[in-house]
Formats: sequence, C-alpha cells, structure tokens
Amino acid sequence: MKIEILGAGCAKCRKLYENTVEAVKQSGKEAVIVKVDDIKKIVEYGVMSTPAIVVNGEVKASGKLVSSDEIRSML
Amino acid sequence: MLKIFADYVAYSLFGLRPGTHLGEATNFFIYDTIKIFLLLTVIIFVVAIIRSQFPPEKTKQILSHKREYIGNVLAALLGVVTPFCSCSAVPLFIGFVESGVPLGVTFSFLISSPMVNEVALILLYGLFGWKIAAIYISSGLIVAIVAGFIIGRLKMERYVQDYVWQMQVGNVEITKLTHREKIEYARGYTAGLLKKIWPYVLVGIGIGALIHGYAPENFLAQYAGKNNPFAVPLAVLIGVPLYSNAAGIIPIVHVLMEKGMAVGTVLAFMMAVTALSLPEAIILNNVLKKTLLAVFFGTVAVAIVIVGYLFNAIL
Repeated sequence: MKIEILGAGCAKCRKLYENTVEAVKQSGKEAVIVKVDDIKKIVEYGVMSTPAIVVNGEVKASGKLVSSDEIRSML
Repeated sequence: MLKIFADYVAYSLFGLRPGTHLGEATNFFIYDTIKIFLLLTVIIFVVAIIRSQFPPEKTKQILSHKREYIGNVLAALLGVVTPFCSCSAVPLFIGFVESGVPLGVTFSFLISSPMVNEVALILLYGLFGWKIAAIYISSGLIVAIVAGFIIGRLKMERYVQDYVWQMQVGNVEITKLTHREKIEYARGYTAGLLKKIWPYVLVGIGIGALIHGYAPENFLAQYAGKNNPFAVPLAVLIGVPLYSNAAGIIPIVHVLMEKGMAVGTVLAFMMAVTALSLPEAIILNNVLKKTLLAVFFGTVAVAIVIVGYLFNAIL
C-alpha cells in the first residue's frame, strides 16, 4: 500500500504525516508513506487545499488535518 | 455584565483605583480579553459551519468560465466563505486558472479571501462596533472586485509562469459532509485557530491596554489624524510586514483610533495587514512572474490607499 501526504511544509502537513505513521503502526498493515511537496504532483491529484492524504492514488481527504483513527479507516 | 466583572476584578480584587493609569489599563485588559475570546469562540464556530459548505473545489466549479463583472463579484463574495490559507495559495491558484476561472476573477478571490476574514471581522465588530465592521467588509469587497477587474483587463495571462498552463489538473470528488462531520470540522477548526492566534490577541490587547491607560488623549491626532496626507500610504507600508499578526494588530489599532488616528487611516492599515502579505507574495512568486506580482500588489495597495483617503474625507 502506498500512502502520500501532499503539502509543502505547513505545520498541519507535518502533523498529518505523524498521524499517518501512527495509524499505519496501529493497523499493523504494510505501507510506504511518502511526503509529496512538489506542487505539480499535488495539483495533478486535483487537490486545492493542503494538507491532503492519498491512499493508492486516491485522494481520501484534503484541506484538513485528519486524525490517526480516521486514517486507519481509510487503509 | 462584563463591565461589572472587569470592574470587580480590577478595583475590588486587585484593589486598584479607578482613574489611575494602572487601574484603567488593567480594567481595559480584563474587559477586552474576555469579550474578544467569547466573540472569537462563538463566531469562528459559526463561520466554520458555513465554510464547511464551501470547499474550494465547489467554489472553483461555480467560478469556472464566469465572465468578468459577475465573475469578479461572485469571486469576492465566495472569498469570504471559502476557507483559505496562504500555504494553499499555489494549488488553489493553479486549480482555478486551469479549470477556466479567468485570471482577474481568480485575483478577486485571492484578494478578498484573506482580507475579509472572520477573525478580522469579529475583532472589528467587537472593538469598533458594527458600523466600522460593515464599512470594512463592503470596502474590502469593492477593493477585491475592482482590483481583480483591473488585473483581468490588463490581459496579463502571459505573466503567469509558463508551466502553470501546461499542467494537468485532476478532479476530486466533492465529498458531502454529514451534519455530524460539519460540527466536528467546525469544532476542530475553531480550536485550531484559537490555539494559533491566542498569544497574538493577548499581546495585542496588552499593548492596547497600556496605550489606553498611559498615553494621553489625542496624542496621535497630530501624526495620524485627518490632516496628515502621508498617514494613509505610510499606514499601508507599515501594514505589509505585519501579516501573520492580524489578530494582535486590531486590538492595538483600536486604541490608536481612540487616541486620534483617523478612521480611513485605520481601515487602510488593517486592509494592508490582511490583504498584502509578504509570505503570500513569496508563495505566489512560484506561479506569477515578477511583473504580474508587482501589478497585483500595486493595484491592491493603490485601491487600499484610495479607500483610506475616501473615509478620511467623508467620516
């Protein structure tokens, strides 16, 4: 499973990354977590407000900080 | 109610005497702090509920292929209700222009969204009353509409970075939030925003309270009153680097007005603080060439200065 965290260096983006790491650890699933700060890639996903979380190429949430519990239900 | 409480704490609990510098400053600080934080909590929550209905993706759809005039007006109005953070300015900008929102209309949105924001409005309403708040909203919207319209008319599309036009923008399904999710979003948004701005607000009120208690009446009238023609442009210049502290600036400005700063100058200063921000300029530098960035800042600055002079003349 591939999880991408979209966002260029805002405080919420870092927190979302931490939440995601936490969620993956709790779920016990195998996943690669990547930070994406390239604006072109972000826009290609159609995301207009960061941070956003993308699981296997599908945008799951954007413009808000989701909790690790919410992320676990996305995996 | 609040007044009685502030009087009680300052004069009975702390034993300060009314009419003294320290007594007045302390009373003012307690009163303003409670009032502003009550207002902030309630109104940010309500605004967040409204905002949850207007994700940027929806705003983009509404504005896509709109003509000028109507597009500029709609964009300025939607700027008020669409959540915006300068850190998302770039994806938002690209998303807008790529989906066919005209450049001038996009700018109307980019100007109104940070300028007419809920924190500024709450503080203006709470400290200055509804008249000043209403004047601020309406002149802010007019600045956004007119400046966006002018930029659109200048046909500056070629001054957008070339790569922007070549990008492929994906489409995200707009997720409908349930009633509970909206409340949850609003709660998180309110808590997050308060957590971010409370130190600035507190420091702002503190400085304001000191000026209120210690500075003589009308000491600013000579420098920042109606008769100084340089006060407005100077206020705009000073406002540019103060962006992130809008929440702390307004309580100070409130006291400056009390001490003789003219209303138009106050308005121009606050608009410059919220609408013209250095961090946003640096971020937008990624998508705009220097010429367009300069035109954007210049047009908005001139519009704000005109608003300042106008209200100094008529109020």
